[in-house]
Amino acid sequence: MSADLKVNKAADNAAKTERLRAGFIQRDLIGFAVIVIVAALGYVLFPDNLALLTRILAIALLVLSLDLVTGYCGVATLGQAALYGSGAYAAGILSAHYGVTDPLVMTLGGILAGAVAGLLCSIVMLRAHGLPQLVLSIALVYLFHEFANKASSWTGGSDGLSGITLDPLFGIFEFDLFGHTAYFFGVALLLLTFILLRALVRSPFGMLCRGIKEDPVRVRALGASPHRALVKMYVISGAVAGAGGALSAVSTQVVALDSLSFTQSAEALVMLVLGGTGSLFGGLLGTVIFMLFEDFVSAANPFHWLTMVGALLIAVVLFAPKGLYGTMESAYARIRKRHDGEARE
Amino acid sequence: MQTVFSIAVDALAYGMVLFVISIGLSVTMGLMRVVNLAHGGFAMIGGYIASYVARDLGLGYALAIIAAVVFTILIAIPIERLLYRRIYGQPELTQVLMTIGITFCIIGIANFTMGPTLKTIPLAPALQGSADIGFRTIPIHRLFAIVCGLAVALGLWYAIEKTNFGIKLRASVDNAAMAAALGVRTEIVYAVSFAVAVGLAALGGVVGAEFLPVEPYYALRYMVTFLVVVSVGGAGSIPGALAACLLLGAIDTTGRYLMPEFGEFFFYLAVIAVICIFPRGLAGRAK
Repeated sequence: MSADLKVNKAADNAAKTERLRAGFIQRDLIGFAVIVIVAALGYVLFPDNLALLTRILAIALLVLSLDLVTGYCGVATLGQAALYGSGAYAAGILSAHYGVTDPLVMTLGGILAGAVAGLLCSIVMLRAHGLPQLVLSIALVYLFHEFANKASSWTGGSDGLSGITLDPLFGIFEFDLFGHTAYFFGVALLLLTFILLRALVRSPFGMLCRGIKEDPVRVRALGASPHRALVKMYVISGAVAGAGGALSAVSTQVVALDSLSFTQSAEALVMLVLGGTGSLFGGLLGTVIFMLFEDFVSAANPFHWLTMVGALLIAVVLFAPKGLYGTMESAYARIRKRHDGEARE
Repeated sequence: MQTVFSIAVDALAYGMVLFVISIGLSVTMGLMRVVNLAHGGFAMIGGYIASYVARDLGLGYALAIIAAVVFTILIAIPIERLLYRRIYGQPELTQVLMTIGITFCIIGIANFTMGPTLKTIPLAPALQGSADIGFRTIPIHRLFAIVCGLAVALGLWYAIEKTNFGIKLRASVDNAAMAAALGVRTEIVYAVSFAVAVGLAALGGVVGAEFLPVEPYYALRYMVTFLVVVSVGGAGSIPGALAACLLLGAIDTTGRYLMPEFGEFFFYLAVIAVICIFPRGLAGRAK
């Protein structure tokens, strides 16, 4: 009889896993569709402002990469722009100094540079916890910034890196003045990254990282190495951030020192938290809302902009600590629960 | 030799200014476990008030210092009651966000009310010029900064080690729940320490205006320096903070004198090295 029960239970579990997987894939498809629809809407509604939209795409990659380490692994960092900027400079330098003008190769270079920067940062950052770790992340981004500033024969210093030239994409699509090609390239890059990351975060490795966020001691007791997993996640995060940096270098054809700045890191963190940590949708939502808001307000007055960001942050911490997406999700769950309850009665 | 001597004096004075500003941050961080990124903002507010009192009202340097400390504390009290209270005991990320938000607001408001230009605080006539100490002359203001730092260090040491309040403070730092159970009003200890921390920040902001010029981005530009001091020294430790300030002041000043083109590069490199070697700070205690 007990054997019977066991078989039943196993079958039950298998069915549950199957259902869960189906749910995940359904959400993947919905997410994919939403990105495509929003991207198409952006293209139709703001055809004159594709540069801004492409910038949003690049920053979205940065925010996703930050979500991987902060949202999924619980490492608070204010230095993620170091990885983003490394990718941007690598892609730019490949073109400006080595004459590699294929956008795909440049992007690949950016991804690689981001991954290497992620490895370096993780080796330094994971030595400490709490406040010292936060300070290390800040010191790292300043170090990268100073280095890029000083190595001006390579990076152009504070004038920015210019002289980036591009071949047509696949030899067919010219990068035009209006940014059509850059925009489609960015959307494709974001979609690809999104699908890969969705698979990553629900893989056993992604689950391990969540476990480390919850309780690193227990993960170690279970026989896994938190340090190794975090380094791995950092490298992946660096690759994603590097892709974002490369996209910004390819689309604007300049790399400014700002891309390595503390402010850029802090803004990315604000976007992530605004949207909601620990979910890829949250990061994307936060980026889009923040960037559009910024474009709208900072055009009026850059200093009021800072006050508003500050007030926004305080409001999010006080009233929506889970971020917009997290709050929406729990509100939806509540409504559904109530609905289910009524249906049962 | 002349260069070595002036580097030493400048480094000492700069380190002392850093100490006066960041010791409050260190104590509150050790006490309340709050990652307070807005601390530099309070130093900046102090600088602005002093500049307004001394330059625009022409009321003298001593009065400017007192006004800066008093009014900064008055500004900080409602902020503590309304905003900081909510983040005690919350995860680090929440605290970082809240305090960055406060910093951004302070910068925006300072820029709106005081304008984007650099503000000077005219020194008292007695602090201008330089003093002859036999074999060298030292600018008196540097001496004043050093004396201020020493006075703050001594005063804090006395308050924490020798007074009744200091005993309650140390008890709350070690174990807040147990201290509360034994009848220590921890919320009063918290409020008083926060006020003292903010007052010291304002004092440091005024005295250190020669080293850290007062302008709207002060709060963001030096935030990192203050945090670095605390994490290198170890939160909550006065000797640790003093050692960290002198060390980092020396590295920063030497770097500026000898290799000005490399700016902050060596400073951050040193920070990373120290934190990697002492992840809990120079005087940090094991958990």
